[in-house]
Amino acid sequence: MDRFLFLTFDGLSRGAVYAAFALALVLIWRATRIVNFAQGAMAVATAYVAYSVADATGSYWLGFIVALVAGLLLGAGVERVVMRFVDHSSPLNGVVVALGLVLIIQGVLGMIYGNEFRPATAPFSRDAFDIGGVALLSRYDLFVFAAVGAVVVLLTLLFTRTSTGLRMRAAAFAPDVSRLLGVPVGGMLTLGWALAAAVGSLAGMLVLPTELGLHPTAMDIVFISAFTAAVVGGLDSPIGSVLGGLMVGLLLSYISGYLGATVAPMAVLALLVVVLLSRPDGLFARSKARTA
Amino acid sequence: MTVVRDRVATRIASPPMHRRLSPLLVVVIGAAIVVALTYTLPPFRTYQLATVGAYLCVTAGLTVLTGLNGQLSLGHGALMATGAYTLALWQNKFNLLAVGIVVAILVTTAVGAVIGLAAARLRGPYLAGLTLAVAVVVPSIASTFDGTFNSDQGLSVILNPPPDTMTVEQWQAWVCWGGALLTVLALALLTRGRFGRDMRAVRDDETAARLAGISIARTQVTAFVVSAACAGLAGALFAVIAQSVSPGAFPLTLSLFLVMAIVIGGLGRLTGALIGALLLVALPAVAHEIGEAAGSQRLEGNLALTFFGVVLVVVMLAAPGGLASLRIPLKKKGQR
Repeated sequence: MDRFLFLTFDGLSRGAVYAAFALALVLIWRATRIVNFAQGAMAVATAYVAYSVADATGSYWLGFIVALVAGLLLGAGVERVVMRFVDHSSPLNGVVVALGLVLIIQGVLGMIYGNEFRPATAPFSRDAFDIGGVALLSRYDLFVFAAVGAVVVLLTLLFTRTSTGLRMRAAAFAPDVSRLLGVPVGGMLTLGWALAAAVGSLAGMLVLPTELGLHPTAMDIVFISAFTAAVVGGLDSPIGSVLGGLMVGLLLSYISGYLGATVAPMAVLALLVVVLLSRPDGLFARSKARTA
Repeated sequence: MTVVRDRVATRIASPPMHRRLSPLLVVVIGAAIVVALTYTLPPFRTYQLATVGAYLCVTAGLTVLTGLNGQLSLGHGALMATGAYTLALWQNKFNLLAVGIVVAILVTTAVGAVIGLAAARLRGPYLAGLTLAVAVVVPSIASTFDGTFNSDQGLSVILNPPPDTMTVEQWQAWVCWGGALLTVLALALLTRGRFGRDMRAVRDDETAARLAGISIARTQVTAFVVSAACAGLAGALFAVIAQSVSPGAFPLTLSLFLVMAIVIGGLGRLTGALIGALLLVALPAVAHEIGEAAGSQRLEGNLALTFFGVVLVVVMLAAPGGLASLRIPLKKKGQR
């Protein structure tokens, strides 16, 4: 029972990160109908920058802020320089361009930093507190919950309570009408990519200390998990992606805990296959997002 | 109804591959060139030639799947791993290469059929995501069942020495190009006929194709199975060339490289697959030389990676026509 509780909290903590990452994927999907396959690589790139700054200045928090800012800039840059010019007549084009970005980012990171794992330190202790004799949560887990919770609340407020959020939603769902009504659709798209990339960077900063460390391909498996989370929740549903993220996190935690860590990736693949074949619109989506 | 039939008819009229030259003639000429090269090139170049042949197997199959049938697979690196490991296990038990290659193809075909059945129900980014997951996850299977696959170290492949009359490299080049030319011949004949027409019709307009009596699912699954068989052959040939298999030889980047190779060479064309296979061998070799000249180990592998990425993005942005024929009917509402 103790072990089950520990795995549950561990899974929720992992799931929160997947939720944030999945949320970033959903933001871009809703705005542009592109699944940003480069998101993992982009997050790793900003994490490298952040840890370089942290190493140079000795301040983790300065690095953390740099990661978010770098995420904003990288997201905006990718949209402005590359994604804007993708021919959307085939949904494959966006995917292929994003994969090209993955290769570029991983290659450049490898050239600058080398292809060995570098340590990614956590700002808080990862040792779990004892609550009634049971090790449940660490300070770091609490930090993860707080950070992801803050992102979810801020994004909800942005999209439901501000005029910028309204414009962004309008630009995503009816670009032509929005343009006629004076919404700068291009600018909204750039903003959407910037926000999504910043959320992705945050997720990267949160997840890397719990994995093996910094490596150009460190986020590959995280990306798969987060994509699965987004599909479980429905690519069109932000709330679904958060719930999907928590579900995937719990599943991975139980499977790694009871069956061994090497089985976990296969469990993700199995979940993805099952969901895609049975509920391709996601467990929580009401509207149809895809033709069969 | 006639309108639909016209739409199908005009699209099907797109020129098939190699209309001018008979595929058999091309293959015979190709074989003659390869044999001539194996007797003139130095051993290392002959080895590289063999690698091109092995790559050609998989790029030819993938370009048929993606270019003609419109299904993007990022999982072909994993399918190659399946073929390679099957051959390794077979060789270490029975040491009968010819049968082993056939077994590797059959096993990979079966795996491809499973993925293909799922893939036939998925479109665009969903399919890409699923096959990406396959490419990332499959190498980890080697660690889970390390009793059979020996984890990260992988397996060595037992091979009989080649006949006395030729060197190892010559023998490798002959085996690989034998496989590659047979693959190309089979694919050229296959895509010229009714099956190729069905694939193009499905790619261009599923509704019209269905109305014209084409079974969408069967065409897509068949296309996936065919290209999986090619990937299995390529994997087996790589195991023969390297005389070992390990998960590190089939990373996600391999699958991405394969996509790059077929995009840059022109999707749906077997000549494009050949250009792609040549680049897959030539560019890393050039990057290796630049890296050595600069005395930087970091540069070596990553320069090729970056270059492939840049090429992929530039080709897609500058010549979207390369993929423009790949229109997949996603729901109108969702598109911008």
